[in-house]
Amino acid sequence: MQSASATTQPLPTYPPEVHAALLTYLVQLADTSLVLGHRLSEWCGHGPVLEQDLALANIALDLLGETRSLYQYAAELEGEGRTEDDLAFLRPATEYRNPLLVEQPNGDFAATIVRQFLFDNFHYHVLQQLQRYPDERLAAIAGKSVKEAAYHLKWSSEWVIRLGDGTEESRQRIEKALRTLWRYADELTTPTPAEQTIQTAGLLPDYASLLPAMQAHTAHVFAEATLPLPEGVVMQQGGKLGRHSEHLGYLLAELQYMQRTYPGMTW
Amino acid sequence: MTQSEWPLWEVFIRSKQGLDHKHVGSLHAADAAMAMQNARDVYTRRLEGVSIWVVESRHIHASNPNDAAAFFDPAADKVYRHPTFFEVPDSIKHM
Repeated sequence: MQSASATTQPLPTYPPEVHAALLTYLVQLADTSLVLGHRLSEWCGHGPVLEQDLALANIALDLLGETRSLYQYAAELEGEGRTEDDLAFLRPATEYRNPLLVEQPNGDFAATIVRQFLFDNFHYHVLQQLQRYPDERLAAIAGKSVKEAAYHLKWSSEWVIRLGDGTEESRQRIEKALRTLWRYADELTTPTPAEQTIQTAGLLPDYASLLPAMQAHTAHVFAEATLPLPEGVVMQQGGKLGRHSEHLGYLLAELQYMQRTYPGMTW
Repeated sequence: MTQSEWPLWEVFIRSKQGLDHKHVGSLHAADAAMAMQNARDVYTRRLEGVSIWVVESRHIHASNPNDAAAFFDPAADKVYRHPTFFEVPDSIKHM
C-alpha cells in the first residue's frame, strides 16, 4: 500500500472516551475489510470459473480500498505518526479487531458464499446508515463503499439462491457451510463497549435498528433458496475484542510476511 | 460442449450515453441474470460502460464464411451506391 494524498480536512474533536472508542471502531472496521479482502484474494487463480474468479477478486479489491481509507483516517485520528501500513502490517493478531466470521477459511465455494452473504448483509445495511451519520470522514467512506457493498450483497444473495435451489450437491454444500458459519453471524450485530460508546455519542446506528431490514433480506433470500433458516445455533464471539480463532494467526503471517521480513520495504 | 458447462453469452457494452452498444467479448453463465453480473465483473472493471446487453450466443446467426464471395464481392464494383457524385454546397459543413 502506498500512502494516499494527505487530506486537508480538519479532524473532528470528541471527548476523550469517544475519541478512543471511535479509533477502536475504525480499526475494527478496517481490520474486518482487510481480513475478508485477504481471504477473498486467496481465491485469485483458483475460482470455479474465470468469471467468478474475477468477481471474487473485484470484491477483494473493493474491500481493500475501504480498508485503506479507514486505516488512513484511524492513523490521522490517532496522531502518533503511524501510517496505514503500520496498522495493517505491524500489529499482532491479538490487536486485530475483526469479527470471527471474516477470518474463517475459504473452504469450498459454498462456504465462501455463506461467509460473504452474512457479512454483506450487515456491511451494506450499516454503511447505508453510516453515510448519513455526523462524523464526516466516516460518512464519506461509507458513502463510497455502500455502492460497492450493494453489489456484493446482490452477488452473494444470488449465489445463496443458486446453491440452495440448485443441484443436490450444491444444496448439501451450502447446508454444510451454514452449519459451520451461522454461529458467527450474531457477533456482527453485538456491540462491543467501544461500539456502545460511539452509539451513545450518536456516531453509529444502534444495531437493533438494522436488524429488521437484515432479517427481512435473509428471509427473502432463504425462501428463494428453499433453505430453512438455521435455528438454535450457539453463537460464537470474541474477534471484535481481540480473541480470535486459530485461523487469524496464519492469515496474518502470510499477509504481514514481507513487512516483517524486510521492514519498510516499498515497491 | 459438455452438458455440465454453462452456455456461452455475447456481451455488448455502451461506453457512454448516445453511443451504440459494441461487442466486447463473451463469457459463460447459467442464465441471463448471471450473465449480466459476470459481464459487469469481467468487462466493466475499468469504467468501460454505462449499459450492458447480453445475448446467448446460440441466438446469434452468423453469415457463412464460404458465402463471403457471393455475399460481399458483388458490392465491390458498385461505386454508384456511394453518394460521392453530388456537389456539396460550401455552406454545408461536416459532411
